Amino acid sequence: MSDIVLETRDLRKAFGGLVVFDRLNFTLARGERHAIIGPNGAGKSTFVSLVTGLLQPTAGEIVFNGKVVNGQTPQERVKAGLVRTFQINTLFASLNPLESVALALLEREGRAKPSLAKVARESALLDEAEALLAKFGLAGELLTPTNMLAYGMQRLLEVVMAFAMRPQVLLLDEPAAGLSTHQGHELFAQLATLTAGTTVLFIEHDMNLVFRYAERVSVFAAGGMVMQDIPEKVRGDARVREVYLGA
Amino acid sequence: MNTPTAYFEGLARWKPLEIVFWLVLVGLFFVPGVNLPLLSQIIIWGLFAMSLDLLLGYRGILTMGHAAFFGIGAYTAGYLGKFGWTEPISALFLAAAIAAAVGLLAGRLVRSLGGIALLMVTLGLNLILYDFVLRSTELTGGDDGLQGVVIGQVLGMFKFDLYGKTAYLYSLAVAFLMFLIARALVKSSFGLALLGARENIPRMIMLGAPVGKDVSAAFAIAAAMAGVAGALLTQTIQSVSPDALSFQRSADVLVILILGGTARLYGGFVGAFVFLFLRDWLAQLNPVYWYFWIGLLLVVVVAFFRKGIVPSLGVLFTRMQKKRGTDERTPNRAAL
Ligand SMILES: Nc1ncnc2c1ncn2[C@@H]1O[C@H](COP(=O)(O)OP(=O)(O)O)[C@@H](O)[C@H]1O
Ligand SMILES: [Mg+2]
Repeated sequence: MSDIVLETRDLRKAFGGLVVFDRLNFTLARGERHAIIGPNGAGKSTFVSLVTGLLQPTAGEIVFNGKVVNGQTPQERVKAGLVRTFQINTLFASLNPLESVALALLEREGRAKPSLAKVARESALLDEAEALLAKFGLAGELLTPTNMLAYGMQRLLEVVMAFAMRPQVLLLDEPAAGLSTHQGHELFAQLATLTAGTTVLFIEHDMNLVFRYAERVSVFAAGGMVMQDIPEKVRGDARVREVYLGA
Repeated sequence: MNTPTAYFEGLARWKPLEIVFWLVLVGLFFVPGVNLPLLSQIIIWGLFAMSLDLLLGYRGILTMGHAAFFGIGAYTAGYLGKFGWTEPISALFLAAAIAAAVGLLAGRLVRSLGGIALLMVTLGLNLILYDFVLRSTELTGGDDGLQGVVIGQVLGMFKFDLYGKTAYLYSLAVAFLMFLIARALVKSSFGLALLGARENIPRMIMLGAPVGKDVSAAFAIAAAMAGVAGALLTQTIQSVSPDALSFQRSADVLVILILGGTARLYGGFVGAFVFLFLRDWLAQLNPVYWYFWIGLLLVVVVAFFRKGIVPSLGVLFTRMQKKRGTDERTPNRAAL
């Protein structure tokens, strides 16, 4: 197969007695748009947390760009290009989008260390923050405190914050969670253009979106990954129908 | 807002009320019959509370042991004065440095903690230090504190006088310098990162931010400023006692900051004004029960103003401005 950017080898995660998955061998090809589907509780979010280092695996290896990254902190993985968004908004409630994205860029460039220099000195980064927000359609909300933003805008900001880190692999945990079907479709159309060129792994429940935007699909179910294949094959698979599509 | 840079420039710009605030403090010096020793106390408590604000208001770290750093500064200045190093300004630098070093260590120790654990550990460290100072009578004079602390003239020119004139102007000048540093810090990129970590740690981690290291740094800076406040107290009253690092002081400074309002820098100073004036006044009325009234005041302020005096006034102020039809987008954070 083509160049593999991310893979797991015999990955196992258990919370006490609850084995979320075992011997999970997952691959993500560079440049592809890949969906994870599966019922609630299948371990999709847990998988993303393991890959990004927010959780530690019980056993197995996580390989990014050919290197085992198990020992790396989440921050090291972010710097290396592995960035996620969260299923539940994980934002700076009292900061506005401009401040939030400015902070993201300052951290990306390692320019938030103790100093007495004004933020305003970072004109280039501040302009980049504004441009990025404008690109995602948030130009009108630069100064609205995040907790006052419409929910859909917050979901968008969630993606901008990750995208600002210039990820190699962007992991989107249910970016459309809580949005109406219409809003969800709008968001995905927007993401498809904006993230062109980035490897994207997304978790999504809406099958229309999955089959429209994913180039490959992984199906998770209680106990592990059922299959990983192109959408046409997944759609036609009996096991998938059984565990997820419910037919 | 024209450009993002202009927006951040605006956040860092001095507001007229800020200038008024410091001019009033200078002006008070000239008011006939004013109680300068009390005002000096207020400035010192205000500086102390401001240092706590860096941790609590800006980084969201609730510590119950902040008096430890105040006490370290106070005793540093005390020992220096006792053993012949009478020059006060260099003594402030030393007090700041030692407190900062201890703060850095404390930060390392507690940076992975949160919530109740953090509260208990900071309180515990404070109590250990207090008990150590109280018991080491040979070393610290125990309950009586250090005897024979001599403080020289400020800049070799201004003697600490009986009326507290030098003490007031000296405290005010030092507090103002510390304020300038704190203000620059919270308006810097690091200040923005502190707010980020206060708001959401997982997000900061996903920005690749060194969460934890910033706790150590914030502790060191806050400790240095608390240490300066402690040293100021020693120098202005020319003595030091274990009171300087008692748990009571840690609790009082928290009350002062919450009264005044967190994450405003001025909250600590305003809180100190209210707290100390009331304490002074109530102590004259009834020297025994004044904590009852302070307690009541705290309940009333938290119940009715929620966020403390300065933020509540800030909201009121923006509302008034809004009525007059000025820019409604002014973030309340920048009101004062
Ligand atoms: N921190 C945790 N501690 C214990 N159990 C957890 C934890 N996180 C997730 N789980 C459990 O692991 C399983 C997978 O959860 P999750 O990854 O969130 O599923 P999904 O994202 O596919 O809906 C669920 O049964 C959930 O209850
Ligand atoms: Mg999930």
